[in-house]
Amino acid sequence: MINIIWFLLLLLGISTAALRGEIHVVTQATMQGAEQGVTVAFGLIGIIAFWSGMMRVAEDAGLMQALAKLMRPIAKLLFPDIPNDHPAMSAVLVSMSANLLGLGNACTPLGLKAMEELQTLNHSDEQATDSMCTFIALTTSSLTLVPSTVIAFRFAQGSLDPTEIIGTTVIATFVSTIVALTADRLLRKFSH
Amino acid sequence: MLSLIDIISAWTIPMLLLLIPLVGILKKVSVYESFVEGAKNGFHTAIRIIPYLVAMFIALKVFQESGAMDLLIRLIRPLTTKANIPEEVLPLALIRPLSGSGALAMLSNILETYGPDSLIGRLASTIQGSTETTFYVLTVYFGAIGIHKVRHSLLAGLIADLSGFLAAVYIVYRVFGNF
Repeated sequence: MINIIWFLLLLLGISTAALRGEIHVVTQATMQGAEQGVTVAFGLIGIIAFWSGMMRVAEDAGLMQALAKLMRPIAKLLFPDIPNDHPAMSAVLVSMSANLLGLGNACTPLGLKAMEELQTLNHSDEQATDSMCTFIALTTSSLTLVPSTVIAFRFAQGSLDPTEIIGTTVIATFVSTIVALTADRLLRKFSH
Repeated sequence: MLSLIDIISAWTIPMLLLLIPLVGILKKVSVYESFVEGAKNGFHTAIRIIPYLVAMFIALKVFQESGAMDLLIRLIRPLTTKANIPEEVLPLALIRPLSGSGALAMLSNILETYGPDSLIGRLASTIQGSTETTFYVLTVYFGAIGIHKVRHSLLAGLIADLSGFLAAVYIVYRVFGNF
């Protein structure tokens, strides 16, 4: 599916540009996109290294295992495939906590850590596992309790009550999380 | 409310930064070496995702800059007007799964044009908070471990974005406005 969408984005973009007689835009956009890919990754290096380092310390100190034990009931329900004391379980839980707390730039590093741990349970090196898909579904449904970026933007624009959207956001995000988890369970059977 | 959230968000990372190594020291972990070992891994992860990001950003940039994105918005507009969804937030909803920075720019623009405390402003804020940059998440998360058969996760993520958007419209109208 990702192959088709990638190709469709290119096909539709290039044909639109051609029809509008602005084909030069495509070349420009390609250069910009390529550059942006590298800039984004480079911007992440420090923060990913930082969180990976912290998580390793937490792991060696036994903190990750403690968290996993604490949240085992929910985790077992969502990720039945992950063995109880596997590091993947705590990595997934830490990443979900960062999302819930709206720790913006911690989310990607911790999410990547969780994916790496999940990959150690994967028998294939090209196909995603059920647990990975569930984890991605949770992440893309934007599970959050504190939409900190939005609050900061509202504050910057002089809102009288920047946090008044927390309630509506939490409800909307709860709905989308339930839908995402349901979609994940239903679609799982058809996508092996 | 704001000050409480301010305090929490200001203190979370410093506290983690203090408490995690503290527990490590108490448990006789060589915290510095542990950290560097982990950070080394993180460094490789960041490098590994570059090709995936380049591939995705090229396709997204071409799609946006060519005007195909605007065309798509124009095609969908009649549908959403019928469903009573304000067209001011439609571009935001469509760009949200594709581009995080694009969506933030659009949110900022909406807040500036209509005011953060207007119905449109509150709606745009809620949409931004309850949806995610699905393409970016998939690219980076699966790219980091070299998985390219992503199965149903893209579809599930897009369904999540759509439901987050619709839920945001419904709830914001119920709480802040009237139909």
